[in-house]
Amino acid sequence: MLWDALPSALDLARFQFAFTVTFHFLFPAFTIGLASYLAVLEGLWLWTGREAYLDVFRYWLKVFAVAFAMGVVSGLVMSYQFGTNWSVFADRTGPVLGPVMAYEVLTAFFLEAGFLGIMLFGLGRVGKWPHFAATCLVAVGTLISGFWILSANSWMHTPAGYSIAPDGRFMPEDWWAIVFNPSFPFRYLHTITGAFLTTAMIVGAVGAWHILRERRDVLGRKNERARIMFSMAMWMAAAVAPAQAFFGDMQGLWALEHQPQKVAAMEGHWETQRGAPLILFGMPDMEREETKLALEIPYLGSMILRHDWNAEIKGLKDFPPDQRPTNVPLVFWSFRIMVGIGLLMIALGAVSLWLRWRRALYDTPWFLRWAVAMGPSGLFAVTFGWITTEAGRQPFTVYGLVRTADSVSPIAAPAVATSLAMFVVVYFVVFGAGTWYLFRLFGHPPEAHEEGPRGGEALRTAGITPAPAVAPDAMRDARPAE
Amino acid sequence: MDAETVATIWAFIIAAAVFLYVCMDGFDLGLGVLFPWISGKDERDTAVNTVAPVWDGNETWLVLGGAGLYGVFPLAYATILPALYMPLILMLLALIFRGVSFEMRFRSETPGQLLWWDRAFSLGSIVAAFFQGIALGALVQGIRVEDRAYAGGWWDWLSPFSLLTGVALLAGYGLLGACWLVWKTEGGLQEQARRLARVFALLTLGFIAVVSAIMPFLMPEFRARWFDFPAILAALPVPVLVVFLAWRLFRALDESGRVALARTEPTPVGQTAWADKLPFACALGLFFLSYTGLGISMWPLIVPPEITIWDAAAPRSSQMFVLVGAAVLIPTILAYTGYTYWLFRGKIQPGKGYH
Ligand code: HDD
Ligand code: HEM
Ligand code: HEM
Repeated sequence: MLWDALPSALDLARFQFAFTVTFHFLFPAFTIGLASYLAVLEGLWLWTGREAYLDVFRYWLKVFAVAFAMGVVSGLVMSYQFGTNWSVFADRTGPVLGPVMAYEVLTAFFLEAGFLGIMLFGLGRVGKWPHFAATCLVAVGTLISGFWILSANSWMHTPAGYSIAPDGRFMPEDWWAIVFNPSFPFRYLHTITGAFLTTAMIVGAVGAWHILRERRDVLGRKNERARIMFSMAMWMAAAVAPAQAFFGDMQGLWALEHQPQKVAAMEGHWETQRGAPLILFGMPDMEREETKLALEIPYLGSMILRHDWNAEIKGLKDFPPDQRPTNVPLVFWSFRIMVGIGLLMIALGAVSLWLRWRRALYDTPWFLRWAVAMGPSGLFAVTFGWITTEAGRQPFTVYGLVRTADSVSPIAAPAVATSLAMFVVVYFVVFGAGTWYLFRLFGHPPEAHEEGPRGGEALRTAGITPAPAVAPDAMRDARPAE
Repeated sequence: MDAETVATIWAFIIAAAVFLYVCMDGFDLGLGVLFPWISGKDERDTAVNTVAPVWDGNETWLVLGGAGLYGVFPLAYATILPALYMPLILMLLALIFRGVSFEMRFRSETPGQLLWWDRAFSLGSIVAAFFQGIALGALVQGIRVEDRAYAGGWWDWLSPFSLLTGVALLAGYGLLGACWLVWKTEGGLQEQARRLARVFALLTLGFIAVVSAIMPFLMPEFRARWFDFPAILAALPVPVLVVFLAWRLFRALDESGRVALARTEPTPVGQTAWADKLPFACALGLFFLSYTGLGISMWPLIVPPEITIWDAAAPRSSQMFVLVGAAVLIPTILAYTGYTYWLFRGKIQPGKGYH
């Protein structure tokens, strides 16, 4: 039978989860940063009264509307997948993780959704300051959402504050310990700054692209809006990329303590050794249990991980094979891609500072091209960061306690294969179309008197004449074109 | 509070969240169900505009339903979701089309693109509504559970009864959508909506009758609930009220038609005639009664035929932890959700001639 050729239901379910969550996170990684960026732009507009800020705000608001919608619908899928595909896991962890997720809905999702309508369509209805408040609430909502979901995810890496009932369920004992479990604080910081950088790279790339193109077609006048975007994005890169590396390093120190086998896989160390080298590149080979063709810097591994040239670092061979990450090369390479991108971002930020000091930030074509090329780098970095983290946690779902193989729903392989095929097709079609549309938006330079989402929509919902009566000065400011 | 009481409170909260979801996403999914019958680009734009600022909030109640179940009734979450694997996945996929097309249809650059996004919106809504109905029917019919895990196959959900509830919910959502349009629009679109409301009201009533007639025969427990004395005393008013509301609904639609005829200029912004709101209220009433009927049948089961809310409940500590927050947060959420609806109140004018 055809079905017999299928991978196991477990592998299919894993692939489906990885596929859907990776897709989902691409959107939050962008919208978390973008929501805060929009709040900053609107705040700057209110504070300085400079129209250009409003134009940039409008430009990115249209992008936000599309990206956010894609984040919402792909997230909805995630919240059901714990039950549809990981029901044993859901039954056992429900008492601990369920409440954390419920809080995410109550404190974050409703907040975002409730004020999104005002943020997108309400500028002509509520006045400037209430509208600004709505924008801020949406931004805060995205940060709160990340708080809870990362707390839940971190708990799976470093379970704390629980006891185990005779039937195998986790029982909550101490909510504070559960929510603020050991790996959570730095994971939260590292992920949120990662989202900010992701946004900065995209905004910077779009700004740089239009600065580059403007020379060819626009006569004389410079596009100040593209410059605003580009400059703000480069400040972000300069300030946050080093912090990102620092939080990542702290995260690594923590992981060494709680998940030494993951760190060994990240580093490609098989033998436990003192004064361990830092392996820059190599080929981890799981059969022969060694890293071939390793390019190493002696002692640096111990220095980075233990801050001591001679400290002992455990290798993978120290752990029984069924406790080791199931795919060492994946962990090893994903980690290098993320760190590599991180280093490139730090370099970009540093060069931007130097060019700024030389007053050549907007006039250095190679730098602008570099910034364009870095556009998608944040999305790649967060994805590979997650792959490092999650693949490194295998073969467990709850670290050391529940195996992935024991978490899966009793669903036959053909069912999972069918759903997986549908997810792949639908995601590529729908999110592909959405992304294509985003690129069309990016292709338009930010103009003076930029339209908001759906042109005169805010007016449309408000009717023809009424809004000036409701909030006259908001109307005037909402349509600087007239 | 002891664990039993907390679990009971939670059962009511989750039931209320699901009901709010059904009402709120019901009318915006209903718009999609009606879309094939709404003619004219302006009319379609206006119809979608009536829900554009609120659909995301509406859908969030579905997320609360899922996450709430995971948190406070994990056993129900862990058995219902695998049992309804295919209908739920199809519903989620359909909601993706629906949600994304809200943004995308307004950004279409050619009529061809618009057509495709309109189709995505309509088909997404129809498929989502249909599979929600199927999921409901399959749950009511009962789920095989052994040893805290789903013990059936991946086609168990498919039965004549679940297909029936699937179509029934389509009709119901269509009714909600049509009544919503009667409330939020005027002119030609409202006229179309009134006609559709009548058709879908008849369909809905028909399905309510058929489903109610079958329910008692699905499980002896359901039968006992309805026909044994004194239960029948409590159950009796439900059908009577259904008939009353149906009558009131049709009368309100007539009144709304008369008001529309008498109207010579566009309704002042922010205002709505009482007769235009009443059909929606009646439709909600019908939903509430059907839902109550269902509740009476199922109580205290959460996963028929065996698992009660107390069997499925998370430990008291988990339930209390969320309850404390919910007590503050849910009223807050209702308040700002209400504020958004209020802010975008009144009739939505068709897009002609602006900007
Ligand atoms: C660090 C942040 C982060 C992470 C790790 C995740 N999400 Fe997410 N999620 C968000 C940050 C976010 C967000 C920024 O808050 C979104 C993006 C767009 C949106 O509407 O909210 C969102 C949307 C979103 C929604 C739709 C909310 C709505 O209707 O408004 C759901 C149900 C989920 N997510 C669920 C999940 C699940 C089950 C995840 C884990 C597997 C997950 N998210 C990972
Ligand atoms: C949004 C960012 C996330 C990404 C990109 C991500 C990525 C991944 C990947 C790639 C895997 C597969 C690992 C493997 O099979 O080798 C995985 C597994 C898993 N992750 Fe995450 N993850 C994310 C967040 C979360 C969160 C927040 C949770 C829980 C609250 C979670 C729960 C799980 C579970 C249960 C598995 C096990 C299933 C499996 O092995 O595939 N993940 N994740
Ligand atoms: C040079 C700089 C970087 C270092 C040293 C670093 C370090 C780390 C480490 C050690 C982990 C794994 C933690 C674990 O196993 O749980 C991790 C995960 C992650 N990284 Fe990085 N990282 C860097 C740059 C970046 C950049 C630039 C981004 C995105 C823009 C990023 C996004 C992520 C994400 C989303 C995760 C998964 C969540 C987490 O576990 O924190 N990282 N990083």
